[in-house]
Amino acid sequence: MNHHNGQPNAFQSVSSPDYLPPNQLRALQLQRLQAIVRRAYEHQDLFRSRLEERGLTPDCIQDISDIAKLPFMVKTDLRDTYPFGLFASPMDEIVRLHASSGTTGKPIVVAYDQHDLDVWSNVMQRTFAACSVHPGDIVQNAFGYGLFTGGLGAHYGAETLGATVIPISGGNTERQIMVMKDFGVTAVCCTPSYFVHVIERARELGVDLKSLPLRVGIFGAEPWTSQMRQHIEDEAGIKAYDIYGLSEIIGPGVASECDAQNGLHVFEDNFLPEIIDPTTGTPLPDGEEGELVLTTLNKFAMPMIRYRTRDITNIIAEPCSCGRTVRRIRRISRRSDDMFIIRGVNVFPSQIEAAILAIEGTLPHYQIILTREGGLDQIEVQVEITPEVFSDTISAMEELQRKLANSIEHTVGLRVKLHLVPQQTIERSMGKAKRVIDRRQLAE
Amino acid sequence: MKIHQLSVFLENKPGQLVGPCRKLAEAGISITTLSLADTEQFGILRLIVKDWEKAKQVLKDAGFVVNVTEMVAIEVPDRPGGLAEVLDIAEQGGINIEYMYAFTDKLGDKGVLVFRFDDPDKAIHVLGAANFNIIERVDLFNRLGIIS
Amino acid sequence: MNPFDDSHAQAVIDNAILSDQETLPRTDLEALQLHRLREVVARIQNVPFYRDAFRQSGVTPDQIKSLDDIRRLPFTTKANLREHYPLGFLAVPRDQVVRYHGSTGTTGRPTFVAYTRNDLNVWTELCSRFLVAGGLRPEHTAQVSFGYGMFTGAFGLHQGLENVGAAVVPASAGNTPRQLLLMQDLQVQVLICTPSYACNLAEVANAGDIDMDRFPLRFAHLGGEPWTEDMRRHIERDLRIFAFNNYGLSEIIGPGVSGECAYRVGMHFQEDHFLIECLDSNSLEPVPEGEPGELVITCLSKEAMPLLRYRTRDIATVTSAPCPCGRTTHRMSRVIGRSDDMLIIKGVNVFPSQVEEALLRVEGTAPHYLIEVDRPHIMDEVIVHVEIRPEDFSSEMRQMQRLRDRIDREIQSVTGIRMEVKLVEPQTLERFGGKAKRVIDRRREKGLI
Repeated sequence: MNHHNGQPNAFQSVSSPDYLPPNQLRALQLQRLQAIVRRAYEHQDLFRSRLEERGLTPDCIQDISDIAKLPFMVKTDLRDTYPFGLFASPMDEIVRLHASSGTTGKPIVVAYDQHDLDVWSNVMQRTFAACSVHPGDIVQNAFGYGLFTGGLGAHYGAETLGATVIPISGGNTERQIMVMKDFGVTAVCCTPSYFVHVIERARELGVDLKSLPLRVGIFGAEPWTSQMRQHIEDEAGIKAYDIYGLSEIIGPGVASECDAQNGLHVFEDNFLPEIIDPTTGTPLPDGEEGELVLTTLNKFAMPMIRYRTRDITNIIAEPCSCGRTVRRIRRISRRSDDMFIIRGVNVFPSQIEAAILAIEGTLPHYQIILTREGGLDQIEVQVEITPEVFSDTISAMEELQRKLANSIEHTVGLRVKLHLVPQQTIERSMGKAKRVIDRRQLAE
Repeated sequence: MKIHQLSVFLENKPGQLVGPCRKLAEAGISITTLSLADTEQFGILRLIVKDWEKAKQVLKDAGFVVNVTEMVAIEVPDRPGGLAEVLDIAEQGGINIEYMYAFTDKLGDKGVLVFRFDDPDKAIHVLGAANFNIIERVDLFNRLGIIS
Repeated sequence: MNPFDDSHAQAVIDNAILSDQETLPRTDLEALQLHRLREVVARIQNVPFYRDAFRQSGVTPDQIKSLDDIRRLPFTTKANLREHYPLGFLAVPRDQVVRYHGSTGTTGRPTFVAYTRNDLNVWTELCSRFLVAGGLRPEHTAQVSFGYGMFTGAFGLHQGLENVGAAVVPASAGNTPRQLLLMQDLQVQVLICTPSYACNLAEVANAGDIDMDRFPLRFAHLGGEPWTEDMRRHIERDLRIFAFNNYGLSEIIGPGVSGECAYRVGMHFQEDHFLIECLDSNSLEPVPEGEPGELVITCLSKEAMPLLRYRTRDIATVTSAPCPCGRTTHRMSRVIGRSDDMLIIKGVNVFPSQVEEALLRVEGTAPHYLIEVDRPHIMDEVIVHVEIRPEDFSSEMRQMQRLRDRIDREIQSVTGIRMEVKLVEPQTLERFGGKAKRVIDRRREKGLI
């Protein structure tokens, strides 16, 4: 069945850009950086006006290090220019739009032209290759399909590689396990916490994942730990790889682990990574920890120059045992703002706040509690009862509970466990309630 | 004609009921009757006390969320079918009962039930016309021997 | 009203035809069909089910001399697919399969279908054809509000839209206010979803503060469940669009079996890829043209999993009358019924036996239940009334809630949709001659389906 066992890290020609000699790679990066800065300057009003304020033109890029002269872009830039403000291609060239939720309920929209989709398929194909997936593998894609970039991104990558794709999307764990077993699935893609849940459910159902042909797990869209990886690898008998990406840049496909499982290779021919001090914005040398900043070198419909990801990591410039020459970033375990990621969805406390406000009219004290039960991330929102909304009938209180849960689901796209609690139950420190309690123990 | 009921929101976990009861006891307020409705997650404690305004303030000051509901107390013959007669009349009159519960003490051979109607005024009218004895607030507490 | 009465036919949009194959002279088309039929019959001799069926009937592939000889070939049913779960009908080596999709089955076990690279290309082409026939142009932005995943609806249409060159917003299902926000902000002209979801969108759009005069939507391509002319009028009026009907099923290919043209007088079969019969469900003899019958479909070009004479259980009428659009293909009416007890709820196929299976997993329920389907407003709603066993009746509300939640979860896990569960006391559901009535479909009583 599996004829790849003997050579798990076989070179696949699609991956050749990962092995470019560093000087060639730098030359390619410079050439693409100059072109993309020019494109953004010509088509993105926001970028041009920021350059003009600094008295700069695209000609200021003579060396890769000149990138430090350029202004940063941040998430709010996407919201402020919503929906089309950062599009650098005319609408008739755009063939795909994705969206993610933002802090105010307004989505953030990203656009792709055919070239961008091809680049995306290419980097995802290289992601699968780095995770030792080969043509002929059967890939069960349990990332959610839709506006979220995870599902379709992984789908096209696996399909382009020549693997068989089962586009099962998220949810219905029992069916996931049945399909895994009945189809002889060899690779699975999902969030790591969901896979831990799959492991538990399989045990309950009496399915031994280790006896299945499943060989590879490709996990991303949320932070996870080495302990979780160990658990997954031991319990499912697979090799578990971490992948990284974000929709503002392209979706999944920015960086991926290789067989060495020691840092994620950035697909540097398409994305230029920098590390900065999150407070001062000063670039930091390779190896030092700071905020990851990414520049898209090869994306036409919506170039992103120096996008601040808010993810904290460091660049590993030393050569990797796999032979790839592109640099690595260390696995991301925390962020520089209050956003949290649950089941692959980015959530800001302010979104939950807006959802509660929409129902109650005023904002009661509330608290978001994140836990991991049976491997699956759970989100519970506790809301303190106020005299304005309290009723003596159970049905009215259940209705309130339901409305709050629905409102939150509409705003952030997640079903939460909603708990009404008596006044003064939620602990306050210095008069202010702590908004998010993360009990998932992610820190290494 | 109407009786005031206090409702208190509680979390459904052990020990929650003690809080409000202790506060009322400390303030020298005795509970005439109570009922507890619960779901898996939360409960609503419903109380009838004579000095409801004072009780409300005591509970509020103690940090509880309290609201006041108007209830109707009705004398029901303590025999099989006694309650059914009340329910029949209410149904025929198009009155919805949200919930009800009984007083622990009987008044002679009659029981007293307190009802939460969706429209208490209409209920008093309809049940009064059917010759049910709607008990006045003062009368109720007097007959129960509560003087304070 | 005769669905094929084209005396009032008038193109509601510019008539456009994507492929020459749609206008082949009938003789050429039928020659192509015969050629492909002989090929596919030869190809499927490696499928044990068909090999055995041919052996038993004594028919050999070279006996197929005309299209009428289709009647000598074996039927295929959903039950056959299940018996050969998961991949007994695969006609190519597994390494040629590039995609699997699935559909819900009668007993909780889904059935799966497979595609080769070429099958995906054909599927994409067929979806492109009816999209173009129904007004899609490369400059459009289209929102796919079908649920993505194993279900073929979203992928078929997504691929078709991409192939034509439209910009795709893969919104997937759910979160109606967000869907409407995206449509307005991204200037979406084309909507892809089920008819009932289009009704829902129309409702929410009109209830909100959306300026319908500036609402960008112009077309909708709706499918995945049966609907009525009444619903079409409602959707078109409230969303101010033209709505087109399309038909397909995952066992055959997914959407793309047939679709409406600019004249909207029935759905054109894509006859270069499918051979269509319209049969009496009992005698399995052809019904006279224009009479309702069960659609029986043979895949002519499919590689991974071609099916012969697949009994769709969908009842419709078929006409060979010429269409003013210029296509030479035969057309089908809307689906007007089913020849089995399958229910289509919110676009999902549900069999009563699935609900039964879910109940069997939960201790404390008697095997008595009643499924009540209604469309009180515009969305389907289902209430499952479940009798509990006397010994499990508890006066504690919490315990009953827990039982109800458990049933709720099991039903959702088996059928994939959410149903409202109502626990009822023992012996309260009506029995008819000892046999309980399982389904009340109020939509049918109201003439909504």
